Amino acid sequence: MDTLTLAGLILALAATSFGARSSFILFLGRRAASPTVQRALRFVPPAVLTALVVPELVLAAGGPSLVGNARLAAGLVAAAVAWKTRNTLLTILVGMLCLHALRLLGYGA
Amino acid sequence: MLPVLPGVITFGVITGVAMIGAGLSAWGAVAMSVLVFAGTAQLAALQLAAAGASLPVIFFAGLIINLRFALYSLSISRYVGHAPRGLRIALSYLLSDNGYAHAVARFGVHPDEPRKPEYLLGSEIMIWTAWQAATLAGIAVGTGLPRAWSLEFIVTLTFLALAASSIRDRPGLAAASASAAIAIAAYALPYRLGLLLATGAGVAAGLVAERWTRSRSPA
Repeated sequence: MDTLTLAGLILALAATSFGARSSFILFLGRRAASPTVQRALRFVPPAVLTALVVPELVLAAGGPSLVGNARLAAGLVAAAVAWKTRNTLLTILVGMLCLHALRLLGYGA
Repeated sequence: MLPVLPGVITFGVITGVAMIGAGLSAWGAVAMSVLVFAGTAQLAALQLAAAGASLPVIFFAGLIINLRFALYSLSISRYVGHAPRGLRIALSYLLSDNGYAHAVARFGVHPDEPRKPEYLLGSEIMIWTAWQAATLAGIAVGTGLPRAWSLEFIVTLTFLALAASSIRDRPGLAAASASAAIAIAAYALPYRLGLLLATGAGVAAGLVAERWTRSRSPA
């Protein structure tokens, strides 16, 4: 990434985080968001986080790849650990170990 | 010492390592950490940029991920809304997941806490300092590790862990499942537009599932 693109990226992101944080504290004052908006916001984390994870695990260079895909296999093991333990650090350690063990064994790229 | 600091430090180190793993220079990572100060959005943006997403898509993804801060801002404004403008500007930069959670819990138990805006400011400064120090340590560690270790996979695994802990009930699972299906179906769309489609579909599925669950359960 060149410096100009990176600067644009950082400033755009800074605008989203300061904008969201300041919204009510600084600008809108003490109001109430509508119940529908509050209910919808509850589903944003599972929806957006899943949308970030799944393509990284499933997609290879040419499209979806389910067999011989070390990232997917390691990701599934890590998902089981995450679901059972709710421990971020352990999930990362198990996932990284799986990825490298599978590659050492010659499974996938 | 705040009880949330160990968690802040752990995620800070992970974010520092992952930013380097995603291909950022050490100075770029420091600038991002100070200016954006939102680990999840930072990692999402870097992952999307590496996958060829356009700047508008990255901006909207950042907006969606940071929407929760607007909810915190709304919720905390009843404690700090009367504070002087300068203090509210500082809080608007510093407001964090852990600082918000700690303050709301504290003010719930001690409603007569005399200086709530100052209390929140103090907690957030501690969290900011711990986060930046941890991120710096992560950047140093990440810079020293070989590229062959595929450190960029740490970003994916971090999101995986966060996704798992965000799914607390059936409607949440419905939101995640719909999002996963659309994310794969829409993989061929340019600029990672599929991310925005999948997020919208997930939120819609969650709302529908919630209504369906509620209408079936005895009121």
